[in-house]
Amino acid sequence: MTATLNQYEAVKFSRIYSLGAARGDLVVTNDDVAGPIDSSDEWIRQRTGIVTRRRASKDRSLMDMAVEASNEAIKNAGIDPQEIGAVIFSTITHPFQTPSAATLLADKIGANPAPAYDVSAACAGYCYGIAQADALVRSGMAKYVLVVGGEKLSDFIDPTDRSISFLLGDGAGAAIVGPSEIPGISPSVWGSDGSKWEAVSMTSSLLDFRDGSASWPTLHQEGQTVFRWAVWEMAKVAKQALEVAGVKAEDLSALVTHQANIRIIDELAKQLDLPESVVVAKDIINTGNTSAASIPLAMHDLLTSGAVKSGGLALEIGFGAGLAFGAQVVVLP
Amino acid sequence: MALSKDEVLAGLAELVNEETGLAADAVQLDKSFSEDLDIDSISMMTIVVNAEDKFGVKIPDEEVKNLITVADAVNYIADNQ
Repeated sequence: MTATLNQYEAVKFSRIYSLGAARGDLVVTNDDVAGPIDSSDEWIRQRTGIVTRRRASKDRSLMDMAVEASNEAIKNAGIDPQEIGAVIFSTITHPFQTPSAATLLADKIGANPAPAYDVSAACAGYCYGIAQADALVRSGMAKYVLVVGGEKLSDFIDPTDRSISFLLGDGAGAAIVGPSEIPGISPSVWGSDGSKWEAVSMTSSLLDFRDGSASWPTLHQEGQTVFRWAVWEMAKVAKQALEVAGVKAEDLSALVTHQANIRIIDELAKQLDLPESVVVAKDIINTGNTSAASIPLAMHDLLTSGAVKSGGLALEIGFGAGLAFGAQVVVLP
Repeated sequence: MALSKDEVLAGLAELVNEETGLAADAVQLDKSFSEDLDIDSISMMTIVVNAEDKFGVKIPDEEVKNLITVADAVNYIADNQ
């Protein structure tokens, strides 16, 4: 006689319960970064929208920021960290090949022995994490999932690089995803385009650095290629995300894009033809581009400043190195 | 029917005006986009994408860096219609 297996019992819906945020402790002005790139405050503001970026001092690690953001999210969700069934840490700046950042984070926040793993999807990492958390919760595989997007990008910049370094900041954003009575996370539109693998990448590999044939690897990008892809290709992805969510632009309270550059954000918003009632997140102005952290940080800022209310709908869309992209519509926690 | 180079220039000047506010008659064949017209790389890409729509041409990323002057762009568009 064949034994009958148990399988996970699915729950119908999931939602984001809460967010947490932590930023670099240093406020870095445009004047602070303009010298090595022969630029100015005015030039940087006009071309990027950035007024200051937040960076972490030597004593404030990626893990410090991730723990701070996670603890806030756990507290605001009102859950016991032992109920967390998975920890997903999206980052490209964890400075160890192994072990993962997620396992240490899980231990530090009291979620040990939850399964924990890192996601390497750069600026799309948070949306990749939410997509996976939604699936884990609805499948019944985890009751609550902690998703963190965190970066200490300042460890991987070249002050003389004019392509991306001066945009970058440090921070971590966290979300608790759990079961819900009503739909709180739409189907995700996510994907990649490895034919543009070099459009945002490192200046060299760690092996080249080890062999002395290259200096410390830092981030760089092909700005025009990225701009075209981030606006016009991502506009298609954003429209698709609205369609699969079954909502229209006028149903949104907020558009929370990856905070790459104000001109990408503005042009993308223009392509979506959003009504004025939709708040467009522009946390980049004071925080800079924090890669995987930028969407939860920007959403947290909109909620804490009162610009949007809990219960509204937000379209979140991340895009970056890979190239990789992810988008979904969520109910604001 | 393919547009003449004069017609492409006039259409391109409209796109430059929409993106930058620059008077259309300032967009002349011998002008450099970055040096003379002060158009930065992001505005240039916006103009390129809008030109693709307007003229029904494909302008690949690797071609954009070869479009130094207005004449470069007009010739590329006219030759690839």
